[in-house]
Amino acid sequence: MRFLRAAIVVLGLLAMAMPAHAVQPDEIMADPAKEARARELSKELRCMVCQNQSIDDSEAPLARDLRLLVRERIAAGDSNGQVIDFLVARYGEFVLLKPRFTPHTLLLWLVAPLALILGGIALWRRSRRRVVAGKQDVPPPLTPEEEAKLKRLMAAEPSPEKY
Amino acid sequence: MIAEAGHYALVLALGLALIQSTVPLLGARWRDAALMNVARSTALAQLLFVAMSFIALVTLHVTSDFSVVNVYENSHSLKPLIYKITGVWGNHEGSMLLWVSILALFGGLVAAFGNNLPLSLRAHVLAVQAWVAGAFYLFILMTSNPFLRIANPPIEGRDLNPILQDIGLAVHPPMLYLGYVGFSISFSFAVAALLEGRIDAAWARWVRPWTLMAWIFLTLGIAMGSYWAYYELGWGGWWFWDPVENASLMPWLAGTALLHSALVMEKRNALKVWTILLSILTFSLSLLGTFLVRSGVLTSVHAFATDPARGVFILLILCVFIGGSLSLFAWRASALKQGGLFAPISREGALVLNNLFLTVACATVLTGTLYPMAYEVLSSDKISVGAPFFQLTFGPVFVALLLAVPFGPLLAWKRGDLLGATQRLLAAGIAALIAIALVWAWTYGGATLAPLAIGLAVFVVMGALCDVAERIGLFRMPLSISLRRARGLPRAAWGTMFAHAGLGIALIGIVCETTGNTEYIGAMRPGDVVPIAGYQLKLDGLTPRPGPNFSETIAQFIVKRDGATVSTMTPSKRSFATRGMSTTEAALLTRGASQLYISLGDATADGAIAVRIYHKPLVLLIWWGPVLMAFGGLLSLSDRRLRVGAPKPAKAPRALQPAE
Repeated sequence: MRFLRAAIVVLGLLAMAMPAHAVQPDEIMADPAKEARARELSKELRCMVCQNQSIDDSEAPLARDLRLLVRERIAAGDSNGQVIDFLVARYGEFVLLKPRFTPHTLLLWLVAPLALILGGIALWRRSRRRVVAGKQDVPPPLTPEEEAKLKRLMAAEPSPEKY
Repeated sequence: MIAEAGHYALVLALGLALIQSTVPLLGARWRDAALMNVARSTALAQLLFVAMSFIALVTLHVTSDFSVVNVYENSHSLKPLIYKITGVWGNHEGSMLLWVSILALFGGLVAAFGNNLPLSLRAHVLAVQAWVAGAFYLFILMTSNPFLRIANPPIEGRDLNPILQDIGLAVHPPMLYLGYVGFSISFSFAVAALLEGRIDAAWARWVRPWTLMAWIFLTLGIAMGSYWAYYELGWGGWWFWDPVENASLMPWLAGTALLHSALVMEKRNALKVWTILLSILTFSLSLLGTFLVRSGVLTSVHAFATDPARGVFILLILCVFIGGSLSLFAWRASALKQGGLFAPISREGALVLNNLFLTVACATVLTGTLYPMAYEVLSSDKISVGAPFFQLTFGPVFVALLLAVPFGPLLAWKRGDLLGATQRLLAAGIAALIAIALVWAWTYGGATLAPLAIGLAVFVVMGALCDVAERIGLFRMPLSISLRRARGLPRAAWGTMFAHAGLGIALIGIVCETTGNTEYIGAMRPGDVVPIAGYQLKLDGLTPRPGPNFSETIAQFIVKRDGATVSTMTPSKRSFATRGMSTTEAALLTRGASQLYISLGDATADGAIAVRIYHKPLVLLIWWGPVLMAFGGLLSLSDRRLRVGAPKPAKAPRALQPAE
């Protein structure tokens, strides 16, 4: 799909014989596969002067510089990982919208699975306790007085069959 | 004069809140009905004074009284009337006043319509409301007074931030606040229950309509805000996992969990302690949201306040209320008796699972939002947590939740039959498989997850329909009987169907928007044609046009499909002289649920203009979903079973109603 999208963009450009002074098309790489990779990477990189916007979304000049930088690295033959490493070395972890799994982000990444597991265990134990409690929940046998009262009541009450 | 009157009314409201926060409690302690009834009059009077204060501020904005700082800083005499009014809550002080106005409104509603509440419960609830209100009145009066004057009034104002001058913003904050603040009612009920040490199914029955109402408004408010971002910010995104958005999502997640657990409590008298805790957490998250947005700890589109004194004050409010209520909970919760046993596989069990998933999802959003801040404070280093993180963590939890959604309503209370439910969902499962196959064949070689996600969405929608079909015996009985049963079905059951189906509908929209977009980015000159998704868009020309407080450049696009003209689209770029800012007004063309989206970039020296054109298939479903959900909520709210104390007409064909 992304390939298709990139291809449509490129085809559209060719069909129109775009003039060279375009604002954003000048960023687009000739190789659709590489362009698709660049778009993919752009979505994971933060425009550092914006609020939670990826460089793919942002119109800020810095985002444009970063987009060009990403494409430059891809054109130079870097793998996705190498491009990311390059940007982190240059701008710090702040540039990553998806923080790396390192000791200092351990808590961040583990909260969801831990909460799910602990919550699941708590519920499981609770339901088991409930089952045990439910089994013990058999009411104690009637005392002799209660038995007598019950007999009295039963005798006083006409049984339904007679109606 | 008006400003002073507004200020004074607010001070009086604070005084009333102080009375309301103490006297009724003493009344409850001494079992003095007269003292307890004070709460009712003070709550109504408070509403009156806060409303006066709010109207005063609106009047000042409408009459462009620039001797008031707030008006000077956020208004302009040439601004259209509607934005003069909405500008009242387009800034920190005004939006806080709106916040307390809505709080007073809810307090007033409880006072006015809470006649069927036990006297002491009502006294407690209103007293707790008054604590919250009092704290926020103090906050406004001490740190964010909207009625301050300027010694030498300027002639002209500085205008409202242009991106906030939009009809979406007229509706979004009030909706959102109705949701946020609406949860204060369930909070007050929870704290009241803890103070009284008594809680029963009737309590849940009183709380549920209020929670539902708040939830409806919050759902619509979030959807509204998302649509506003989509068309106003000009790059077609609709959710950015921005801390401000997360701040509204968290109370929504917790509130949704609360709705469901209150259901268990009302019907089966179980999950009491958990429901109380959720009530407290939901409103705490609302407060946290207010803190995040209002204190300036974040700087983003919405966070226009950057005064640390305010931040510290709200943080204090936050600590007192969250800490206080949680301590009270820890102290008193054990006094609440548990009741209502149920097997793990049952309606209750399903709702517990729903609560688990929603709470975990909420915890994920919470950590994702707060972690970067905490990290920055602790290590003075910065990290970002953005969309890719949330997609990885929030996504799977929500997928699990959605998988379970259709099963819930099909399970019986106490002890359910999972196999039976599965059999009854067979139709939904088959529909989902067909959808997966179709989408997979259609987008062959595309995103692998998209067909699966669409299948899941179809499963959720069809599952919701299956539930109702099952209840009315569709296809199993003659149609006339089914129709009669459909009429007899409680509105809440229809509400469930719409709300759950809405969830699936929204998911379809989300998947289509994220994987099926076509886009064109380029520079165009008048006369150029761009083909996109079967349409041909021709840029006809660029014309400048003056507006009331801005000047704009409009581009006319002629949209054709197969040679025939479909419509014209006119995106524009506005520049606001007073603030020296410009906004892009995207043009949207709706075709069914899909949209064409054009937004303009900068013009180049030689007469070309940068444009972004998107074709977004089924994108509107993203917002139709929440609207459906809210509609379901509304249906549920209108269910007569929720109107406690309403006279119950003798209803003979009761037996036709399916067992609950």
